Amino acid sequence: MSYKPIRTLFELPTEENLAPGHRMCSGCGVTVGVRQILLAAPKDVIVVTATGCLEVSTVAYPYTAWRCPWVHVAFENAAAVASGIEAALKALERKGYGKRHPVIAFGGDGGTYDIGIQALSGALERGHRFLYVCYDNEAYMNTGIQRSGGTPYGTWTTTTPFGKVRPGKTEVKKNLMGIVVAHGIPYAATASISHWKDLMNKVRKALSCDGPSFIHLLTPCNRGWRFDPAQTIRIAKLAVETRYFPLYEVENGVYRITVPVPRPKPIEEFIKAQGRLRHLLRPEYADALATFKKQVEDYYSYVEMMTKATSSK
Amino acid sequence: MMVQKLALSGDEAIAYAVKQCDVDLVAAYPITPQTIIVEKISEFVANGEFDGEFIPVESEHSALSTCVGGSLTGARVFTATASQGLALMHEILYAASGLRTPIVMAIVNRALNSPLSIHNDHADMMGSRDCGWIQIYVENVQEAYDRIIFSFKLAEREDVLLPVTVNLDAFFLSHNVESVELIEDGVVKKFLGRPKRKYRLDPDEPYSFGAMAYPWNCFEFKYQQVVAMRNAYKAFDEVEDEFSKISGRKYGKLGKYWTDDADYLMFIMGSSAGTAKYAARLMRQEGLKVGVVSVKLYRPFPEKEILEVLEGKKGIAVMDRSISFGAPTPPLASDIRSVMFANDMKVPMMSFVYGMGGRDFSVQDARNIFEMLMKKDPSEYPKETIYYGVKA
Ligand SMILES: Cc1ncc(C[n+]2csc(CCOP(=O)(O)OP(=O)(O)O)c2C)c(N)n1
Repeated sequence: MSYKPIRTLFELPTEENLAPGHRMCSGCGVTVGVRQILLAAPKDVIVVTATGCLEVSTVAYPYTAWRCPWVHVAFENAAAVASGIEAALKALERKGYGKRHPVIAFGGDGGTYDIGIQALSGALERGHRFLYVCYDNEAYMNTGIQRSGGTPYGTWTTTTPFGKVRPGKTEVKKNLMGIVVAHGIPYAATASISHWKDLMNKVRKALSCDGPSFIHLLTPCNRGWRFDPAQTIRIAKLAVETRYFPLYEVENGVYRITVPVPRPKPIEEFIKAQGRLRHLLRPEYADALATFKKQVEDYYSYVEMMTKATSSK
Repeated sequence: MMVQKLALSGDEAIAYAVKQCDVDLVAAYPITPQTIIVEKISEFVANGEFDGEFIPVESEHSALSTCVGGSLTGARVFTATASQGLALMHEILYAASGLRTPIVMAIVNRALNSPLSIHNDHADMMGSRDCGWIQIYVENVQEAYDRIIFSFKLAEREDVLLPVTVNLDAFFLSHNVESVELIEDGVVKKFLGRPKRKYRLDPDEPYSFGAMAYPWNCFEFKYQQVVAMRNAYKAFDEVEDEFSKISGRKYGKLGKYWTDDADYLMFIMGSSAGTAKYAARLMRQEGLKVGVVSVKLYRPFPEKEILEVLEGKKGIAVMDRSISFGAPTPPLASDIRSVMFANDMKVPMMSFVYGMGGRDFSVQDARNIFEMLMKKDPSEYPKETIYYGVKA
């Protein structure tokens, strides 16, 4: 893939497509991520956003924080709307009526793992040239912290409270990357807002594809994860350092861990930093803690295994 | 100018019209009895006869979402569906009209599950009648073809900018082959020109679409749609005049058949209007003063024209091919009654539901209904809707 990598902060544009003065929470991980992504993207980008925090907090009429063309239609259809924009511009360019522009769609974990997975799958399969970013704050935050398919096991949310017989969410975080990669798209990657250069270069790579690309971005949410807003980046970093959220990319089917974690920090550091998980450290949830840990380990070894298995490709 | 005539089904005629309209994007999902439209367009694509993009999406929800995205770039966009497909689109119907995307959609009217029926009634469109789209019903295949071309012109007007549905009856029209007079490609192209959307997704002049509105400004957005509907009502006749210049054909908001001197009228929509007209013709030969009103424009509702045609009538039958469960009357009957009441006009009215799930509506059926109107003393017309022909 040919793209221009970013090496230092000085290479970033000074003008941003997401203006300050929006209404996202202080310490919101999504905002940090979106800014990084837009800094890495060409200026003439068109942005689609699914219903969710990012949408409601950036466009309270008559204000908008978007300096680029932006559209929101509904919760589950960001990928379909992006398909339409991409295809229409393609036709307009061919007929001499217009010009193609890069298209980025943003959806939360609810809008991606759950209600929007069909539209996403359809768009990936059809091969539209666009980048889909799932900003994953691991619950439906806009509606008040309800569980999603991206919420990890054992997590407290308002629909998976822990109690006498339940440790929080009793199902596993869905392997979203596995589903996306199975579509055979040219490029998919995970990223964390704590690793800006890694994220930005993934965005550049993704947008250089002549086809669909996907970024799964971890965006800690202080309201839903229950931590001090000043700690967002530290928590995002811990997610990587404890191997909770492996950073890797899949380029034409070949897996590569972009930020290897040879000596992981204990997962407890990640758990105890957040009110949504801290209960797992209580003796009565010892079994649940073991399950949580096993899942984190299993997922990391799965990524390592895929890396090895595809290295000779 | 050489007039080309082809034998086409309703679905095929629609696909032909789409091909001629310089459409940039078609996103659609197959459903009986709309499938031929998408198949035919795919054929045009395969043969290089259609240079827009055809996106075979994975659902109707995505079909309309794709259309909305496409339309916002300033492209000309078309889709088609029926029944379950329209129901699945329901959420996005409101987004399309709220975002003022002039999409044209053919709806091959089909019953709604359950029970599953692939056959005709108007429950699908009536279930979404308040979605803010202009709604046109057609009587025959020629009209289906003409109305697609007409609808793009109407939808894209700056004072309108609303999406349009062109409704045609499942099988009775979608699969029925009739002789269709085609308008020349170049004439259609010149008639439509290119859509000129002032506000669109353009990096040179960026706008945000689909914002969140608060209680102190959301209402105003909706009210602008009310105004646009009123404008569409006015624009309708102007566009019909323009269209008649290139086609020699004009349909009106209401299709009026022997209405002027009639004592009794039947109000009906879609293909059964043809059946009713035929029955009226036979009855006229017997000296019976009956007439038919085919309601072609359903939204915006042709209030003024309805009042005019009602003037001095002894009795009317209002025929609905859909049920509004638990309501005093089904949709068309409710609308006509409401128009009369608001204008201090009281023409005795009987409300009928007929032909649900594709039950045939024959010339004899139309005749029976006229006879009911004539035989009963209008002051004794039943107040309750009659479910005509149901096996109770
Ligand atoms: C069809 C539909 N169902 C439900 C909702 C209500 N709703 C709005 S946002 C949201 C949750 C969004 O969660 P997510 O995608 O994770 O994004 P976040 O709020 O975390 O930014 C829900 C359930 C909706 N808008 N549309």
